[in-house]
Amino acid sequence: MQHPAFPEVTYQHHMDDKSFKKRIIRTTVILTIVTIIELGLGLLLYALNLPDDFRRMLIKGCIIILSLAKAFYIVSVFMHLGDEIRNMILTIVVPLLLFIWFIIAFIADGNSYKKLKNKYDPYFKETTMPKTNH
Amino acid sequence: MEAQATTIQKTKWWGGGKSPFNVEYGKLMMWYFLMSDAFTFGAFLISYGTIRFSQNFWPDPNVVFNAFPGAGHANLPLAFVSLMTFILIISSVTMVLAVHAGHKNDKQGVIKWLAWTIAGGLAFLLCQTWEWHHLITGLHPVLSDGKIELIGQTTRANPWGELVSIEEARKALAASSHETLVHLAHEYPVSGATVTDPAALQKMTNAQLASMIDLTKAHVREKGPAAFGGYFFGITGFHGFHVFSGVVINIIMLIMAQKGVFERRGHYLMIEKAGLYWHFVDLVWVFVFLCFYLI
Repeated sequence: MQHPAFPEVTYQHHMDDKSFKKRIIRTTVILTIVTIIELGLGLLLYALNLPDDFRRMLIKGCIIILSLAKAFYIVSVFMHLGDEIRNMILTIVVPLLLFIWFIIAFIADGNSYKKLKNKYDPYFKETTMPKTNH
Repeated sequence: MEAQATTIQKTKWWGGGKSPFNVEYGKLMMWYFLMSDAFTFGAFLISYGTIRFSQNFWPDPNVVFNAFPGAGHANLPLAFVSLMTFILIISSVTMVLAVHAGHKNDKQGVIKWLAWTIAGGLAFLLCQTWEWHHLITGLHPVLSDGKIELIGQTTRANPWGELVSIEEARKALAASSHETLVHLAHEYPVSGATVTDPAALQKMTNAQLASMIDLTKAHVREKGPAAFGGYFFGITGFHGFHVFSGVVINIIMLIMAQKGVFERRGHYLMIEKAGLYWHFVDLVWVFVFLCFYLI
């Protein structure tokens, strides 16, 4: 069915009330549950008070993956990007792949700066390094 | 769905005379704007991450964000920000319902759900106002130059450094000012303290006051990395500004729907574009929440 006001739009998405309602409730429940799990993991980090080691990174990694899942549901269902045609989706998603480089390059740069400073600036290391008697 | 699938196969999207992306101009441009906005927010958050990775110590969000309105000194990590997150998720759901009502040309439905969305946005802004106010004005004891000072979180300094040992803090009490000691004796009295009234504490000597402070409750810290406050206020402020402009846009949509502008136009596609913006605000919060409060 063509759009009445926009002849250039070839067809519209039409969803009956029942399946729309089902879909929205499902997405809301998923977002809520994922947020609760994230909060649980955040509090777990606080409760365990782990040193900066692999286990801590693992929990943080899980939280990041859960957040990406939330972002996927918001964009795909709430913003209806998942219902658009493939070319449209790609023009939005492909440029965002730049973030992969962006995040890795800058975080690595910050980390390298810290390492160099700890190596060559003993004052910085002494005054900012967390003490072990936490 | 099957009928749609065959349409896609048979349609020559680039043959001219139709939108190759099957959306109207305004919606496509809204998507491109949101993509560029995503890069702006992304750049801010990545800058924050870079500085955070360049530091040996970074404040623990569970320590910084543990207050709840009306709960006093109770340690409730992440409680208030969870409330803010759920407010934003729910307002996103009501926006979806407003857009859906628009598809059905249901004027009353659009008005009802937009009103709820606006209410959610305002509630979020109020929460953020409280949070900022609490962070800026809430004074916390920090060890600075051998004495204890009371500071809030600003863009220049913050009290979220490392915990100072009780012995070190006790030593620093001797060098601290009378006002600081009165404040500490009032806020963190030893158990069984008879005098906690600031006016009465004012009259006491420094030595008396120092013995009346429970340092295990006061949690004296060093100053935290200065960049923390700038990034926190900068990024949550920029997000809050988006929420604010989203609320303004939604209010304009509500007035237009109320006056029958969309009814006369025959479609409610403007609501869809406002909806995209509003969902984007929720989307950004997912990442702000992740970077500042969770990890």
